[in-house]
Amino acid sequence: MALLQIAEPGESTAPHEHRLAVGIDLGTTNSLVATVKSGTAEVLLNQEGNKLTPSVVRYFADGGVTVGSQPKAEQADDPANIIVSVKRFMGRGMADVARYGALPYKFVDAPGMVKIETVAGLKSPVDVSADILRALRVQAEAALAGPLVGAVITVPAYFDDAQRQATKDAARLAGLNVLRLLNEPTAAAIAYGLDNASEGTFAVFDLGGGTFDISILKLTRGVFEVLSTNGDSALGGDDFDQAIAAHWRKLHGLASANHKDLRRMLMAARAVKEDLTTADDALAEIQLSYGQTLNVKLSRAEFHNMTAHLVERTLSPVKKALRDAKLSVDDITGIVMVGGATRMLHVQAAVNGFFGKPLLNNVDPDKVVALGAAIQANVLAGNKSGDDMLLLDVIPLSLGIETMGGLVEKLVPRNSTIPVARAQEFTTFKDGQTAMAMHVVQGERELVKDCRSLAQFTLRGIPPMVAGAARIRVTFQVDADGLVSVVAQELTSGVVAQVDVKPSYGLTDAEIATMLQASFTYAKDDAAARVLAEARTDAQRLIEAVQAAMAADADLLSATERALILQEIERLHRRQSEGDAPAIKASIEKLSTATETFAAKRMDKSVAKAMTGKSLDEIAKIGL
Amino acid sequence: MSITLTERAANHVQNYMTKRGKGVGLRFGVRTTGCSGMAYKLEFVDEPTPEDQTFESYGVKVFVDPKSLVYIDGTELDFVREGLNEGFKFNNPQEKDKCGCGESFNV
Repeated sequence: MALLQIAEPGESTAPHEHRLAVGIDLGTTNSLVATVKSGTAEVLLNQEGNKLTPSVVRYFADGGVTVGSQPKAEQADDPANIIVSVKRFMGRGMADVARYGALPYKFVDAPGMVKIETVAGLKSPVDVSADILRALRVQAEAALAGPLVGAVITVPAYFDDAQRQATKDAARLAGLNVLRLLNEPTAAAIAYGLDNASEGTFAVFDLGGGTFDISILKLTRGVFEVLSTNGDSALGGDDFDQAIAAHWRKLHGLASANHKDLRRMLMAARAVKEDLTTADDALAEIQLSYGQTLNVKLSRAEFHNMTAHLVERTLSPVKKALRDAKLSVDDITGIVMVGGATRMLHVQAAVNGFFGKPLLNNVDPDKVVALGAAIQANVLAGNKSGDDMLLLDVIPLSLGIETMGGLVEKLVPRNSTIPVARAQEFTTFKDGQTAMAMHVVQGERELVKDCRSLAQFTLRGIPPMVAGAARIRVTFQVDADGLVSVVAQELTSGVVAQVDVKPSYGLTDAEIATMLQASFTYAKDDAAARVLAEARTDAQRLIEAVQAAMAADADLLSATERALILQEIERLHRRQSEGDAPAIKASIEKLSTATETFAAKRMDKSVAKAMTGKSLDEIAKIGL
Repeated sequence: MSITLTERAANHVQNYMTKRGKGVGLRFGVRTTGCSGMAYKLEFVDEPTPEDQTFESYGVKVFVDPKSLVYIDGTELDFVREGLNEGFKFNNPQEKDKCGCGESFNV
């Protein structure tokens, strides 16, 4: 029979209607799944009885797949087919992957994202992540004895649209309904109930197994906004183990230990490191190959000394993140500690010393992100009545499209709460234009070249009309996960083109903050650039219109008139290339004046033409 | 007339209440919904109602409204683990049959 959980007063669900929802922390090194049971968020244990499932996947030639601690232990046996830390490759191109240095995988370039060649065929990072998520789903459904209605999956705050979309795709492949993607630091803040506070600015210090992230979050009326992120993608708890193992090898003259022995030393180092959070001294016994036994010990003071440089390395990203957010340590209301490595006492002391404030670290730092995601999933699945926790997210950077002259027209301003939809009408630039290229960009700057390109698509089949007559409605939609879709529709004919953002890949972690920063720094330059680009576009439009008119009605112009107009066109051309906006505007005025009589004559001619050969009756009708 | 908790169940309720930070006990009752007539209801109690009958096992108070008590009198509430799943289970002597899932029942 089904096992019941305790509900909040008055919130018992009807039988079969309790909606099982989980939060998933899909980590670089380890992944966790959590749920809310009897009002309390808790991490679900996997088949081996562990809360952490290593994010490691092994592929076999017969199509078999294993996930977790088993493939992790086998790493050395089959490195090419055992994929570790696949999160680093999500939404990444070949150039990004090259930055990670020598890896045992055979990467294949593919549109959008690299793929990895394995004995089971080509696997994209999305496929590998899907296999991890599938294992977590099976684990959760076993633990909850029922199918899941959905999951909240956490992603780093710096993940761009490509990486978020890739994560969503992976979940879909794994048979999970994604209720929401949630920023990891935001999830940690929720686990501490910070979203119930009215206001505040929080630093989330996340030192995991292999990566370090610092995020500055601002909370206003229940809305978390990521002000800045920074980090070190090659710094984590594993580096501390390495430092200890290196120390022992030097001490015991084991410079050239074999792989197995190294592994055992690292495991012992890890155990000692963990012991030293509660004890002043720790001992370990390492069974080496050839039957040798190594007795090692380490004091807390020694450990702290030999790894002080690693702790120090976390502080510079923290300072940068604060600087990007234009904040000082005094502006920070609280510090949330995330990641198992933050259990180390000297890490805590350093962070505490830097901010001069007590830390929030009483929730298990390994679980805190998954627990926050579970709380959010429970709300989104509809298991909690009332609107006591409506969490909103905002888009980090403005979205817009490119207009003539390389300018950005922003449709969705940054910090808009999502989901959001915005529309604006645009028109054609040239007579008879039947297609329009749409370039979707992200960023705060005025010029396209300074923003980030997200997608390009073309609206075709616009009926030929004079410039400016077509009405093209461009609609931006951003869903609750921050994913963008853009629709362009020509309203008179109804032709439609659309794109779901399959963004160009390769945004680095700190780039969002940098882009934001740049928009403030270059505000003046940008404004000037916009005025210039607009003037140039106006000039171009006028020149083309005049040239088209001259070609159509050359007979209406006297030689002198023609010479004058050509001279002004030539001048405007020159001004256009010089880059002085007021001069271009003045020159536009002059060309307009020079063509006034010509325009009047054309008007007369077209009226006459409309009436020629028509009876008076018909003309009267036209007049009506 | 009695409703009892096993020691295991009582410990788990205590734990959940501590984590929750409030609550005076557990409400146990039935509702006339579900695929087999009636469904069990298990909730935290913040404010008991005057007509509630109160029982106590291992320091945990159980509140039952008189209408429900008719159907569940004599029930023992246990906390069990089945594979990876764990939760509360009812041993109701009055239960005649129940739907496959056990969430609803008939007397």
